This record gives sequence, C-alpha cells and structure tokens, in this order.
Amino acid sequence: MDEGADLSLTVSQLVRRLRGSHLHAEMEREARECLHQPEIRLDTLKDDVRKFLRTSGWERKLQNAVHRELHVGRLPPSLLVAPPEHLKEPLAYMRKAQASWERRILKSLNSMSTELGVPLARMRPAAEQQDLSNKWNEMGTDEPDLSRFRPVYAPKDFLEVVVALRSPNHDSGEDAGARSHWGLIQVPLDVKDITQLRGVYTELSLATGQLGIDDNAHIHPDLFENDYIDIGKRVLTEQDSAAAQQYSRRGCPTGLRADLWALILNSVNQPQDVMYYEQLKAGVLQHDLLVDNLIYKDVKLTASNDDYYFVFEDFLYQVLLCFSRDAAVLEHFKYNSATPPKSYIQGKEGDEDFAVFYPPNGVIPFHGFSMYGESNGRRALDATESLQTKTPYLPVAPLCFLYNEPSKLYSVFREMYTRYFFRLHAVSSACSGIVSLCLLFERLLQTHLPQLFYHLRQIGAQPLRIAFKWMIRAFSGYLCTDQLLFLWDRILGYDSLEPVAVLAAAIFAFRAENLMEVTSLASAEAVLADLSTLKVMPLIQIFLFAI
Amino acid sequence: MVQSRATQQTRTGGDQVEMSADDVTKGVACTPKPPVFLHFGGGDSKTRARCSGVCVMDVALPPGTTVNIETITFKNFYTALLSVRLQRRSPGQEGVAAKWCTALRDRPLMNNPHTEAGAQDYYTIDRKQMQVEPDDVSCVRLILKQPSSAWLTFSLEDVRIFPRVQPEPDKELSDWLLALNLVDRQPQTQADASASVSCGLQQMWALSQVMQSSQSHAASVGRFDVDGCYDIHLLFLT
Repeated sequence: MDEGADLSLTVSQLVRRLRGSHLHAEMEREARECLHQPEIRLDTLKDDVRKFLRTSGWERKLQNAVHRELHVGRLPPSLLVAPPEHLKEPLAYMRKAQASWERRILKSLNSMSTELGVPLARMRPAAEQQDLSNKWNEMGTDEPDLSRFRPVYAPKDFLEVVVALRSPNHDSGEDAGARSHWGLIQVPLDVKDITQLRGVYTELSLATGQLGIDDNAHIHPDLFENDYIDIGKRVLTEQDSAAAQQYSRRGCPTGLRADLWALILNSVNQPQDVMYYEQLKAGVLQHDLLVDNLIYKDVKLTASNDDYYFVFEDFLYQVLLCFSRDAAVLEHFKYNSATPPKSYIQGKEGDEDFAVFYPPNGVIPFHGFSMYGESNGRRALDATESLQTKTPYLPVAPLCFLYNEPSKLYSVFREMYTRYFFRLHAVSSACSGIVSLCLLFERLLQTHLPQLFYHLRQIGAQPLRIAFKWMIRAFSGYLCTDQLLFLWDRILGYDSLEPVAVLAAAIFAFRAENLMEVTSLASAEAVLADLSTLKVMPLIQIFLFAI
Repeated sequence: MVQSRATQQTRTGGDQVEMSADDVTKGVACTPKPPVFLHFGGGDSKTRARCSGVCVMDVALPPGTTVNIETITFKNFYTALLSVRLQRRSPGQEGVAAKWCTALRDRPLMNNPHTEAGAQDYYTIDRKQMQVEPDDVSCVRLILKQPSSAWLTFSLEDVRIFPRVQPEPDKELSDWLLALNLVDRQPQTQADASASVSCGLQQMWALSQVMQSSQSHAASVGRFDVDGCYDIHLLFLT
C-alpha cells in the first residue's frame, strides 16, 4: 500500500482506540462548555473550538495519548490479512513453544491447587473481608503459613525453554567453528550489532553529557547538571510526552524523575484513577486467589530480608494484589505472545457464558514476581537463589522510591509492565523480547570479547547462565537503586529493553580480567555475584563507544 | 448504462473473469503451481546440483480468462526477495502471443535474509506498487530469491489474487447533486444573514445530536467475575 493509505489506516486505528476513552469524554465536555464563551462564533464554529482546545492544553493531552498508542503494541498498519495470533507473534514455532510452556505452568498450578486442597479462587466470607480491609495497610505484619506453597516456576526453568528453541527451517548442519554461534541461543533472530547500536543510542556517546556520568561529585554542576535540570523543568511545564521521552535518554534528575516517567507513560493521575484503584482493592477483598499466596511468599522472602525495601513491604502487597485483579491488563495480550489462562466457574465447565480468566489480569506470578520492584544493591544473590522463592519479577519496588501514593504508583507500574516488562518472561521474536536480548548479549560478547567467551565456554560456564537472571529482572535486585533507575531512564527513553542486554555484556567486559582466571561455573558466578558497586552508565558508554 | 457490480462488461479478445462476490473477498480462483527451484551444476554425476537460491512459482488463472489485478496477497515463508512478472494478453489481439513484463523487481520481504525478521509475515502487493498496469493478465509468475544458505527451504503460501472492482457508477448521481446545490446557493445573496444563522444553528443542533447519541465513555473497571461469582476449580488446558 502506498504511504497515504498506510497513514489513513493508522489514523483510523488510533481513532478507534481512543474513542470511548476518558480523554475523549473530557474533550467533548470541554468542547461543549466552551460554546458558552463569547469568542466562539457560529460561522467559524469548527475552527474556533479547535483553537480553544489547542490553547487550553487539550491538544497537548491528545498528542500525548496518540504518542502512547503509537508506542504500545506498535501494530503495523498494513496487516489487513494477518490473523490475530500473527500480531501476537509472527513466527509459528515461537507460538508453539510459548503455548507448551504455558501448558506446563497451568498444569503446575492445577496440581498445586489439588495437592494443597486450596481452591484457585474463592469468595471471602464477609468477616474475612472486613478483617482484611482493617489490616489493608499492614499486611506485612501477618505471618501466614506459606511453607506449603512452592513457586510455579523459576527463571532457570524458563531459560531451558528459551535455550531449547529451534527454528525448524534453519539449517544448523554446520559444525561449531569460528563463524558459528558459541552461545546457548540457537535461533537466528535479528539483533543489532555494535555499529547499529551506536547509531540508535547516540545520546549515550562519549561526547554527550548525561546523568549517571556527568553529575558526578567531582564535576562542577554548572558544567552540565544545572542546565540539564532546567531543561527538565521546562519539559514538565510543557507536558509533552514525546519531549519527555527524548529527555529521559540522557537520564532524569532525581527530583523530576517521578513526574517525567508518569508523563512519558501518559499515566496521568486523575480522580478516576483513584476510584479505579479502590475498585481493584474491592476485588482483592471480595475474592481470595491462590496466586495471592504466591505473591505473599515472594514479597515476604524479598522484603523482609532486604535493608532497603522492608519499609515498602505493605505497599508491595497492595500494589501486586490489586494488579492481579485488574482486567484492563488483559488488553496487552493482543501484542503479547502469551495467552491468559482460562477457566470456568465451578459447575459450568464448557459453558462460554461462565468462562473467566485466571488470575483476572491473566498474569501468573512466578518465582521472583515482586523483585522487579526491588533493587537492593547490597544483597548478593547467588547461584542457589533458584531454590529460594525470592525473585519478584514485577518492577514494583524501585517505583516505591518514586511514588508514595498507591494509585499513582499502581498506574505507572501497570503501564511499565504492559509496555516493557511483560516481554521478559514470554517466548517471542520481538526485539525487546527476552530471546532477542539473550541473543544480543551473546553476540556482543562473542564479537567483542571472544577470548573471554571461549574460555568461559570451555570451563562449562556459559555466560548466559549467569546473565539470564539479571536480564529477566531488568537488573532489579542486583544494582544499587539509583543506578537501576538510571538504567530504566534509558529503557523508557529509547522505548526498548536493549540497554539491559548491553549492560550485561558491559559487566562481563568490566570483570573480564578476573573471569579469565576462573576455572569453574561456581567461581565465575562468585566473580559476578555482587553488582552493587557498579556504575551503570559509564559501563554502557564504554562498551558501546570505546571498546 | 448502469453497470452492476456482479458482472463486468465483456470485451472482445479474451473474456474478463466474471467476478462473483467470492472473487472479491477470497480472490480469483487461481492455481499456484508447485515451486520450481533452480539449480546449477549437477550436469555430470560427480558434482551435486546446488540450490541457487532462486525459485519460480507460476500462478495460473483459469484458461482462456484474464483478470485486472487489484492486489496480490500471500504469506511469506523465508523468501528474501520477490519479483513478479505478468503475462498480459491485450484485448483485440487474440492471435498475438501474450507478452511477459516485470511488475515488481526484487521487493525485499526480509530485512536481513539470514535472520527471522519478516520470514513468516503476511504481505500485500497493490497495483499502485507495480511498475506496469496489471490489466488483462493471464498468468502471474513469482520469482522468489533467498540468497542465504541458513534456510532449508523457502516459498510463499496462500497466494491470492484479488481482481479490480469496477468503481461505483455514482458519478452521474453526484453531478445531479451538484446541480441541486447550485440552485440552492442563489437565494443566499438576498437573505445572507438569516441563511448563515440558520446554517450555524443546524450545525450546532447536529453537533449536540452526535454528542447525545454517542456511547457512554466512562472507563469502567472490567468485571472479572460472573455475577459476583469467581469460584474456580481448575484451569482449562488447551
């Protein structure tokens, strides 16, 4: 199709998505109200109303909403003939692998429910609802017996699924040699090389000032920091999502980060957001889900051991429990290769009128569910962590540092999950998907540190086995909070998770000397156990531009 | 003469395909022949024929018929580049051999022939993207190229050809409407002010009608239960 037709198709898709939204209702109301104003004339009605909307800031809000829609899902306009599963994931063998992985998880959850005798979901009796409502803000003080609950799966299991992926049409008959791939990922996905990465991540280059590097105490703030903060304040005044995203590429100042991230994600905190959050809370009170226990266990094991995050324990429960009740999250399955688990109301199996999703948001928490939120720099997670049920995968805890209001925190977190973090635990060919990130990591390492890669491979310490747990959590729990937030600034700014893979390779490059000395997987893991002292931006910058 | 959508005017020298509703929605009934892979070498028994990475797929239309192509759609299977050649039979020249011409040359389907991006995507080729007018086409030849040795095979699937639908014969109608408008405009010079006010009022009324009739916009929290009940026993395994 020619460009004009593509554009009009995109426009009509956007209009369809925005129609019926809250912004649409508000703009209509504003337009109706402005008719009372004297400067609106009948003969130039359309233009006058448009001018009014522009000057009163509503056009900017619409622009932000369009910007959000263009970045979420990114459905190509000309796929008129493609079926919906193709939009979720274009490659058939990846869809199959994801489906079989999901079947494993569902079986595991079903057997847990049957063995423990705990129903997947049940209505709470009124007394219990009241009890929970009373201690809503202090759920952390509860000490329920969670020893019977085991995690549904660990990152290690998922790594095996990813490593086992094979493209049926790929001719992998060649023997291992210098030109073949040494890593674990054996699917030929399209990933960028260093030259292409340099082209995309130009704002991270050596000649550009940025936070995480040029705001160091040794550098006078007038040289970069003060001006940069002024620009940030101007961006916030303009309330422009696209400008905020561009700004975030060089980092967000600590004082402005919360507002900038909310602006980029277009999660404006309106009164109806608060009401929405309250309704989700009501959903938590009414029904008790099996997955709630998994969340409890996760947060318990993480937060209670953590020096930085124990204060947020209650917050984490609230946000994660509400998240699991949020049916609006089901929207993201249109572009997620995963499918939400389905079930039927008891006694009505097979009747589609009684079909429901479980959990209501379709996302099963796995081992490490809450960790995304927690970025404890000090605690070193070692190789045995897969045995512990302590790797939250939802990035809630770092957000606790930014937002103190539950509904605001919730809406930012939900937006971040449905845009980025869902890609880290689903099998897909998307360029921000975990499979592509793993391949990117391995390719970068093999191209630029071949001696190190070869050595690690020889001693049975495939680099991906160490780096996978970092990447699947977007480094939360491994880096210092402020460093983690610098990394996430770039994820938001570039609308991609590739910086995660680049950082993983950069860390290996940084510790290459030590790694060349090791002789086993365990010692390699020990060298890379503690990342809490690392400065993220210099590592990425040097790896991309100075290696 | 009003032309209906169901049939096309028959021209001399090769019948146009009679378009049914099926043709428009599912594509003209055509038979893609099995792909022919071109090899080189293998002339003597010692050398093995090597795949050249080029494959030709002919799509034959029902014999004796021609079609005006609107779009060609297909699903890719690891083809990197596509060329389209058309055999056109000009009307009124039955005795002359049909001519082959190139409609599309080396259109990239995969950004990088060695990687999976675009390998299983759906594509549409519009007549506007073709270098020649795809009219009176009797045969379509698809030339597929896959230079990478990374793949075991490559082809296209589900090739469909959609014929050109005659535009609606509403040109006459709009002329008539235009004439009406012209007649309407003349009294305005005499009653300008009142006409513009009434026009404006009509716009306002129409606007308010639209807003009243539009659906409720409240972003409601999706209910996850069924009438308050969310008792689930087991998850459903597909």
